[in-house]
Amino acid sequence: MSSDTTNNSIDAGQQALLDKVAPATLEEQVLVTNNRDFSWVTNKICRIVESNAPNWWWVCMSVALVTASFTLMGLIWLVSTGVGVWGLANPINWGWAIVNFVFWIGIGHAGTLISAILCLLKQGWRTSINRAAEAMTIFAVVCAGIFPLFHVGRVWFAWWLFPLPNANLIWPQFRSPLEWDVFAVSTYGTVSVLFWYMGMIPDLGVLRDRAVQRLSAGVYEETSKLRESMARYADVFRKYFYGILAMGWRNAGNHWRNYEMAYLLLAGLSTPLVLSVHTIVSFDFAVAVLPGWHTTIFPPYFVAGAIFSGFGMVLTLMLPLRALYGLHDLITQRHIDNMCKICLGTGSIVGYAYIMEFFIAWYGANPYESFAFINRAFGQYSWAYYIMFSCNVFTPQLFWFKAVRENASLVWIMSILINVGMWFERFVITVTSLANDFLPSSWGYYSPTIVDIFTFAGTFGLFSTLFLMFLRFLPLMPIGEIKFVMPQADPHGHSDDGKESQ
Amino acid sequence: MSEEIYGMVASFKDTPSLYHAAEKVRDAGFKYWDTYSSFPVHGMPEAQGQARSKVPIFTFIGGLTGLTLGTAMVWYMNAFDYPLIVGGYPFFSPVFPFPIMYELTILLAAFGTLGGMFIMNLLPQHYNSLFNCAKFLEVSDERLMIAIEAKDGQYNHEATKQFLESIGGFDIEEVKA
Repeated sequence: MSSDTTNNSIDAGQQALLDKVAPATLEEQVLVTNNRDFSWVTNKICRIVESNAPNWWWVCMSVALVTASFTLMGLIWLVSTGVGVWGLANPINWGWAIVNFVFWIGIGHAGTLISAILCLLKQGWRTSINRAAEAMTIFAVVCAGIFPLFHVGRVWFAWWLFPLPNANLIWPQFRSPLEWDVFAVSTYGTVSVLFWYMGMIPDLGVLRDRAVQRLSAGVYEETSKLRESMARYADVFRKYFYGILAMGWRNAGNHWRNYEMAYLLLAGLSTPLVLSVHTIVSFDFAVAVLPGWHTTIFPPYFVAGAIFSGFGMVLTLMLPLRALYGLHDLITQRHIDNMCKICLGTGSIVGYAYIMEFFIAWYGANPYESFAFINRAFGQYSWAYYIMFSCNVFTPQLFWFKAVRENASLVWIMSILINVGMWFERFVITVTSLANDFLPSSWGYYSPTIVDIFTFAGTFGLFSTLFLMFLRFLPLMPIGEIKFVMPQADPHGHSDDGKESQ
Repeated sequence: MSEEIYGMVASFKDTPSLYHAAEKVRDAGFKYWDTYSSFPVHGMPEAQGQARSKVPIFTFIGGLTGLTLGTAMVWYMNAFDYPLIVGGYPFFSPVFPFPIMYELTILLAAFGTLGGMFIMNLLPQHYNSLFNCAKFLEVSDERLMIAIEAKDGQYNHEATKQFLESIGGFDIEEVKA
């Protein structure tokens, strides 16, 4: 608007001034490159679901299912024998289970950050990655939930966590941060599902309408009669499956008005939620009076770490998907740049927190606290500390360089290192403080057992299985939201070169 | 029944023409009509003369219920029905149950929001006559439409058709109920 007025009413003096300063034209970067139209976007995203599964999908699915069976075996072993099959032993009674729980919950945080916080900040680039990131959140919460659920030992008593009276009519007690965690994680999981589902309703409607269109057109050109009827039955299935899930959505202006308001409200609700979840997870540690745990820096430090690891996971997933499905026009270099920069920012906060913990341990002049930190860096777990520090503090610093951000394979490797580092962070925090507590005679060294390793390794398979199912059956990207950020969706006109004409 | 008419649909060539056509339908005084596009159009509620969405009322009611429920639950369970002595903490205080109150506020507010969206949009809906129109299904792709319902007092087959043409509509057709 302002450029209009300057263009129309420039006098000679202003023109001379403009020539002198030579103002740069600020061009807004396009979010969908190559000037694609609405149809291209719809087809690109819907065909992922509608066409036959590519061969790599079957390969990945088989590997994922085999890996996921490790978790099943680990859990059967645990339930049929007892928690003793894990490596937990006095004084280390919180081992891999809590480490894996915090690790997976943390992964989920990037999804909510992308869908909620970036929505409130009006970051248009979030549109092409938010659906997959939200899916990642939900599947990560599923993986996370397994560990505390089975850590209770007698899993059939897990309902004691919920606000129900037990056989002696005693209620759970709400002064424990573990009970807060039950509420935080279950709320987080539920609200993430609601947000994810609501965002998907218009796209489910699109998939429904396309199936109905194909069925009424009746043209199925396949190589054999069998394939033709299979394609037809697949569309009948889609018509009902997406039809039920879309709840009768019909793209009306009135629908969008309420939908957009609801979406904004859910984003507004998810923002304090995501910040509270890892805060409450950190209370599990911070409320205890154990050196190394009992610090006020934990909530912000945990939240930053969670977002850091979550963006690492988003990059790990989205870079291969972009290559496999040819989504380069939707997930552009700018998206990768932005995600790398968020990793850099949150990674630096995490690095700052590591250093600040050491400073406070010294400045607080508490000998137990100082010991806990010196022991972390130079004690029996120093190897874990160095893996954590180098992966989390040094790796993201490479994202300062444009050449690094533009090298997709390097970014992918770094995103994996970030998650390795973040897993070790939780390991270092949990295990070092417990292994060397106040009484040297009770000190121990924690090692995981084969059951621990199986259960944890399997969760990657479970996560991948769920994610691959999501790729097959649900729209990978929010079609309506992507169209909304395209220049053609601007009600005040655009020209064909993709720039606004006003 | 089979002869009953749901209304008339017209397509528009791009988002600006849909937007300006919506303004004209609004100014013509139609009550039962809507725009159809596979993405939200910025500023469309104003162009359609619609008020602010009422979904926030449902969110607020949900949130308030959650807050009350969280507070009452902790008080009832830990201070009234079966007081437990734990670590010298008080039986009830607004401080330690705060995470519970906070999470339940968000949980029920989120349910309120989703429910509110469904209620305000009159969803889920099993049947809508518009889906009888083959062209309407193309809205999911890139077609942009306006539909005026026959139950509107101003609806008249010829006049409405001419009106839709005059505001730039094409592919105008009547949809059976």
